Amino acid sequence: MRFQFILTEIGQGLRRNLSMTISVVLVTFVSLTFVGAGLLLQAQIDKLKDDWYDKVEVSVFLCPVGSAEATCAGGEASPEQIDALETVFDDELGDQVERVYFESKEDAFASFSEQYPDGYLGTQLTVDDMQASFRLKLTDPQNYEVVNDVVTGRPGVEVVEDQRRIFDSLFLALNRASLMSAGLAAVMLLAAVLLITTTIRLSALSRRRETGIMRLVGASNLFIQLPFLLEGAIAAVLGAGLAVGGLWLTVKYLVTDWLAESVTWVAYVDGADVLRIAPVLLGIAFLLAAIASVVTLNRHTRV
Amino acid sequence: MIRFENVTKVYARGARPAVDDVSMEVRRGEFVFLVGASGSGKSTCLHLILREERPTSGKVFVAGRDLRSLSSWKVPNLRRGIGVVFQDFRLLPNKTVFENVAFALQVIGKPRHTIAITVPETLEMVGLAGKEKRRPHELSGGEQQRVAIARAFVNRPPILLADEPTGNLDPTTSLGIMRLLDRINRTGTTVVMATHDDDIVNQMRKRVIELDTGRVVRDQAHGSYVRSDEETEPLTNPDPAPMSAPTTVVRRSAHVDAAAGE
Repeated sequence: MRFQFILTEIGQGLRRNLSMTISVVLVTFVSLTFVGAGLLLQAQIDKLKDDWYDKVEVSVFLCPVGSAEATCAGGEASPEQIDALETVFDDELGDQVERVYFESKEDAFASFSEQYPDGYLGTQLTVDDMQASFRLKLTDPQNYEVVNDVVTGRPGVEVVEDQRRIFDSLFLALNRASLMSAGLAAVMLLAAVLLITTTIRLSALSRRRETGIMRLVGASNLFIQLPFLLEGAIAAVLGAGLAVGGLWLTVKYLVTDWLAESVTWVAYVDGADVLRIAPVLLGIAFLLAAIASVVTLNRHTRV
Repeated sequence: MIRFENVTKVYARGARPAVDDVSMEVRRGEFVFLVGASGSGKSTCLHLILREERPTSGKVFVAGRDLRSLSSWKVPNLRRGIGVVFQDFRLLPNKTVFENVAFALQVIGKPRHTIAITVPETLEMVGLAGKEKRRPHELSGGEQQRVAIARAFVNRPPILLADEPTGNLDPTTSLGIMRLLDRINRTGTTVVMATHDDDIVNQMRKRVIELDTGRVVRDQAHGSYVRSDEETEPLTNPDPAPMSAPTTVVRRSAHVDAAAGE
């Protein structure tokens, strides 16, 4: 009886304020789409990091002939210095460094020649123009600073370079995009809360007579307020559902079917990621409705 | 059943108290008129009994419960034991007579079969059998008030409050309503009725508590009432017979011998 009665009440309430209900659905839809887009961008960034950081290395370039660096005052890095560095990688940085690969200047020249068989921009380089280097694979790419501190300044080391830097600007751009998305989402979420508040207030006012009688005959607070709470929640969750659907379609057609087909060397977010953020979006929608309801109902349907 | 102990209610700080140091007791099964001019504090007393307002000072007891210390989540339970009737009926215009009465049971979670039994029984008792499918606007004022009474009484509350229930009705219709309230009273229900209709008070010969600017000025067992705005105009009927002999005992779930017509 109770359950059915409440359902009837909800149905009536939603139909009575149909235009308001639709606007709540749409505003939550748009705001949660922004929230979802921000979350997906973050997921994309994580994926890229996972994917690329596995491949990137720290390069320790050794002194070539005629370097101006202070540590290279003794000329080209000597075999003793190279041995000393290897010991450092093994002992001091044993925990951080997973793998060490030494590239002599001959190796470097070989791979250079392979890349530019006709010389680089018309110059004729020799083996001595190349420099030897260590390629370090770190156990955790985030520990670059530790390695840098230990290695930089040692005799025979010209410069230490983190390949991750190359990606920094890309990640910066992606991070800014997701921040912007979060900002827009915040504004839209505020609008959604205000709109739900207004909707519930209207609904409560239009049912003042009913709620007045309910109070008098001793209906419990929960019973009186539940239809209003659920009305707001249903509209908000509908909006969240639309947002999830919209994001899923976007990811499917824009990313999976198009971007992933044309640029294949990058890992992309997919439908599974959308489904992973779906509960978050639904939760936010529910929370929105709850906040709005608590604010409104205590003022309009109090015992 | 209802006890006021030195109850004072001040609505706005510094304003004159709406109820000023009122002490009274209404016993189980009594029929009490609460009389007085507008603004004398009758309605405030009813609000206090319903715990729609809390006293500024003093104590209100209803059915053994101290309303001052009653936590707000228990208020609905208190109100399930009190039926209320108003001057303006307060029916739901888009519901039928049956639905209006059933509404009171639905919202407190009564099972459907209980509603299916109790509602027709109550409608028959108030004399509205056969009008279940009408909507309020299709009924006369007296009939609408009967629906309101049915709604207030359908849960068989031990207490029935009536705030000017005859205020919108003509004298003949009012009489019918009073007969009905009297019948309800004789099922053992305590009835408190706020009114300033002196004709009715004088015909009923029940206990009268008169309020004036928030104070009890009279509490009389079989009282009469003279409206102050009518000066000392003599009563139309100086010695009215009580409407019904208070000896017949009516069972609580009253079977019906057709309520008085309108």
